[in-house]
Amino acid sequence: MNEVGKSLPKIDGVGLAMGRPAYADDLAPREALVVKALRSPHAFARIRSIETAAAEAIPGVACVLTWQDVPRVAVTRAGQGHPEPSPRDRFILDEFVRHIGDEVAVVAADSLQTAQLALDALVVDYEVLEPVLDFEQAEGHASVLHPEPEAHENFPIGFEPQRNIASAYEMHVGDVDQVVAESEVVLRRTYYTQAQQHVALEPMACATWLDLHDRLNVISSTQTPWHVRRIMARALDIPVSGIRVNKPRIGGGFGGKQMIHGELLCGLVTLRTGKAAKMVYSRREVFSATNTRHPMRMDITLAAHRDGRLRAIDMRALSDTGAYGEHALTVFMVAGAKTLPLYNKVEAVRFGGKTVYTNHPPGGAFRGYGAIQGNFALESALAELAVELDLDPVELRRVNMIAEGETSPIFAIMGEGTEGVAQTIDSCKLPECIDRGMELIGWADKYPRREVAPGRVRGVGMALAMQGSGIPGIDMAAATLKLNDFGSFNLLIGATDLGTGSDTILAQIAAETLGVSTDLIKVYSSDTDRTPFDTGAYASSTTYVSGHAVRKAAEKMRAALTAEGAAMLGCDPGQAVFDGAEVRGPDGSISLEDLSTRLLYNQNQKQLCTTGSHLCEQSPPPYMAAFAEVEVDTGTGKVDLVDYVAVVDCGQAINPNLARVQVEGGLVQGIGMALTEDVRYGKRGRLQTGDMMTYKIPGRQDVPRITVELVESHEPSGPFGAKSVGEIGIDTPPAAIANAVFNAVGVRVRDLPLTPEKVLMALRGDRDA
Amino acid sequence: MTITFELNGKTTTWEIDPVETLLHALRRHGLTGVKEGCDTASCGVCTVLLDGKPVPSCAVPAGRVDGHAVLTVEGVPAKARAIGEALADEGADQCGYCAPGLVMSLVAMEKELDQPDDREIASYLAGNMCRCSGYASQTRAIRKYLGGES
Repeated sequence: MNEVGKSLPKIDGVGLAMGRPAYADDLAPREALVVKALRSPHAFARIRSIETAAAEAIPGVACVLTWQDVPRVAVTRAGQGHPEPSPRDRFILDEFVRHIGDEVAVVAADSLQTAQLALDALVVDYEVLEPVLDFEQAEGHASVLHPEPEAHENFPIGFEPQRNIASAYEMHVGDVDQVVAESEVVLRRTYYTQAQQHVALEPMACATWLDLHDRLNVISSTQTPWHVRRIMARALDIPVSGIRVNKPRIGGGFGGKQMIHGELLCGLVTLRTGKAAKMVYSRREVFSATNTRHPMRMDITLAAHRDGRLRAIDMRALSDTGAYGEHALTVFMVAGAKTLPLYNKVEAVRFGGKTVYTNHPPGGAFRGYGAIQGNFALESALAELAVELDLDPVELRRVNMIAEGETSPIFAIMGEGTEGVAQTIDSCKLPECIDRGMELIGWADKYPRREVAPGRVRGVGMALAMQGSGIPGIDMAAATLKLNDFGSFNLLIGATDLGTGSDTILAQIAAETLGVSTDLIKVYSSDTDRTPFDTGAYASSTTYVSGHAVRKAAEKMRAALTAEGAAMLGCDPGQAVFDGAEVRGPDGSISLEDLSTRLLYNQNQKQLCTTGSHLCEQSPPPYMAAFAEVEVDTGTGKVDLVDYVAVVDCGQAINPNLARVQVEGGLVQGIGMALTEDVRYGKRGRLQTGDMMTYKIPGRQDVPRITVELVESHEPSGPFGAKSVGEIGIDTPPAAIANAVFNAVGVRVRDLPLTPEKVLMALRGDRDA
Repeated sequence: MTITFELNGKTTTWEIDPVETLLHALRRHGLTGVKEGCDTASCGVCTVLLDGKPVPSCAVPAGRVDGHAVLTVEGVPAKARAIGEALADEGADQCGYCAPGLVMSLVAMEKELDQPDDREIASYLAGNMCRCSGYASQTRAIRKYLGGES
């Protein structure tokens, strides 16, 4: 292979470093009205009245909108396929506000300062209601978050709004209760994972305007342009064909931009005023009024033989979706679906529980998407079981983990919101990942602990992970290749590069298939008018699903070039061969440059344009073995991460540098969740961590030595052997670090993050947090 | 109020709002290479050089630059290209939103530190956050850009 497998530089990197205008706010019309929302100071309230006259009278204020001015159509802001598996429980603006930061009203003005003055001039009379702030008390609480009759589910997801239940799910294979009752060893534990903020450095941003065809144009920092278009059309009550959504460069997404944010309000302002508008979130708004990772409680039961063979896994989960049910069911299901198949030799497995509403900012999509919550519980519990059985934790996993040629019944039972798809694992290099990881971390010498100085103890811990590659039966992507004169190509893709480099790796796939150099492929992506469809950048789908669409388009282009070349050479297409540089026949050849130019200007004139589309048919998991070394200060409880080793099977890496950085970046987000990132609320639901001074993401000096290696692997169903790599990196740090802390000092922290306070309390107490 | 200052080497006079930050004034005048990230001087994406020193422009009132020199990424295209290429060679560029701010801090660091080691680099650039890369690839790229060992 010439183009695939090469670490080519990302095609947009230099332009972005030079500061060229590229992001939504850079490209918003200069005359755009500034749109700002008045945000609720109460966790739960009904709006009795809003006095808008004073605000409207301020010079420069273009409009003020309240819930009484907007279409009453229930939507979800989750950017998912149609119909969405999330409850439709939101309106553009509503009579009720359900979390501190929720939108009360919206103003549009000629400047940020004027917009702020207008917000200050709004007078709101609230009927303050008793909020639901503890998700373990939400079900059946006297306060009901969604009493409105319009809220509904699109198909059965267990939606019971009168009981504050956004979704519910149950599955089982075999008789878990019986196997547990018969087992020699049974371990029951409860784990908690916290809300986490995405902290993409670019805040949510969008701009809207009406073009000369009177169509609503939207430029948005989104991971899902087609879902944004469809949901905007529904909410604003205009046809889908009347909207164009274009995603420019995005300053990070991580799932946070898989929800709709300002687009509905901004679009409505443009429709009402006829003027261009833009809505750029402040960081405080990003923290208090977008989405977080769903916090969860996981009750897990493991049953095993004394020799370590697992017999049953029972996972009960309770998930907090906050005020709205974005991704409520699907994140919940992934907590089981992307963890339990790792240990496929059990006789019985059960997974289920509920996602409940509370008066906190809503949960939503976030890299890892349930898998990281499930992974922390399952991989912590396995480590606890290893202690119980007096087995090496690595050996415990080796005995029980899935292998090539095997399957799990869970693949067929659990999809995302619906049933799944049966699949056999054709690539799984977990044994190699484990061996190499142990070698890199020095497991044999370091496990379990050593005291490096008085009061400072080092320990190692590990965790395995799996993810998926797209949503089978749902995710669909398309690509079009257009031939230009002088031998270059436009690659038009719906796929949404959110900074990962997918535009680059998809160009590499096109180039490899055509046999040309990647620099001949000019990429234009993510525009609902000008590129073909793609469900969007989520669920680790782009390389695997969009990659196949590009491959198919390029195979068709290759065939078309061969046929047109043969026609020019006067031979049968079967006698001609295109090698990327020229079409050769029995009696001569024509270069790509000549052929492409003649086709447009001189001979057999036509535009060559080919399209491929691909439906994700299965979802081969990438795998990882991860090893953490920590140093715990027994005097303060502080955990310093010393070393982190991750060895990954992502199939063939299309671009090894970009694949590696996906893993490195994911690991550091996971390390943040493990150690410092904590969304905290006050007693009345006020966010206490609403800026980057109080919400601590890892900085440059916080990151330890990180070693990432990709093992040789080839996924037969993937484009050029590739699987996904975007999410798996984030899954392991919470469990691997918690396990390392236990091995170092003997305390088991079961609720994230592992703050010094928790570790110290456990050290001073019964050594069991 | 009116301010006169040196912007990317040219004497410039702007009418600004007295409560405006330097970040907003720059972006309002089309210098969109300067990004807005956190509003609390925590993330570094709005970094510009004020009299040669890196500052978060979200924490500098625009009125304060009257009579001073401001350098943004638009004023250092050759450096930005070279650093951008070094980042891209390592796959460290990712979403790119932090890159212009990182470029400006690196321009200042090169003048201030002589052959810094990894620890000194991490310390100097501590204010330039990145949520995509996990920093390791940026460190590899910066080392190569500075001509050290790879």
